[in-house]
Amino acid sequence: MTQVLINAPKTAKKGEVIELKALILHVMETGFRPGTSGRIIPRNIIERFTASWNGAEIFRMDFSPAISANPFVSFFAVASESGKISFRWTGDEGFAVEESVAIDVA
Amino acid sequence: MPGTTKERTTRRTFIAGVALVSVLPFAPARATPEAMAAAIKEVVGDNAIREGRVTLDLPPLIENGNAVPLAVSVESPMTEADHIKAIHVFNEKNPQPHVFDARLSPRNGKAVVATRIKLGDSQKIVAIAETSKGEFFSASADVIVTLAACLEDLT
Repeated sequence: MTQVLINAPKTAKKGEVIELKALILHVMETGFRPGTSGRIIPRNIIERFTASWNGAEIFRMDFSPAISANPFVSFFAVASESGKISFRWTGDEGFAVEESVAIDVA
Repeated sequence: MPGTTKERTTRRTFIAGVALVSVLPFAPARATPEAMAAAIKEVVGDNAIREGRVTLDLPPLIENGNAVPLAVSVESPMTEADHIKAIHVFNEKNPQPHVFDARLSPRNGKAVVATRIKLGDSQKIVAIAETSKGEFFSASADVIVTLAACLEDLT
């Protein structure tokens, strides 16, 4: 599925600090807005974003309804070893998406 | 609703109905500076918050409150002995005072987090960084929002 966009370098030197960017398609409905019917649209947000490097968590962020639709997150990581960087989003209504990218650390 | 029933509507019930309708759109409670202070206290506890080390980067004038780029960077060596454990961001006038809580570790190398947020009104944004030694540093920014987020769904 093309609902996730990840920007990460394919290769890095060991110990280098690299930037990781992740964007996901999601409405991030706040639960505070009335819809066309006048009723409040129920909340539907992503609550948590986690990033892991070869299975070990390196970054975690808890969202609130104040995060924009199609949440974008950028953060940094020390390139430790070759392998897989996984990004996981979980939230309301059983939302769970995981995506990973491979990285070569020389 | 009293104002629209088929039965004879008295002036009193009509006014009561109008009053009710005019109050309803404001029903979702807003965060207040006090609510923000309470939310900050929940994170910080009784520790002192010091200004400095934190840079909160966001545009001072925002045309569209639905997607406001925000970046928080904190000066830190990010070593095992001295690193930033968490970055919290709060606002004072959205419906809720929390914006996000990010958890960091020495594996991040740099204590920098960027995202895009929604802002319901012109207000003050506060970023708080928690160090591994249990210290708290903060930075704040005042922003002016011309088109607020959280309006009616027009689609």
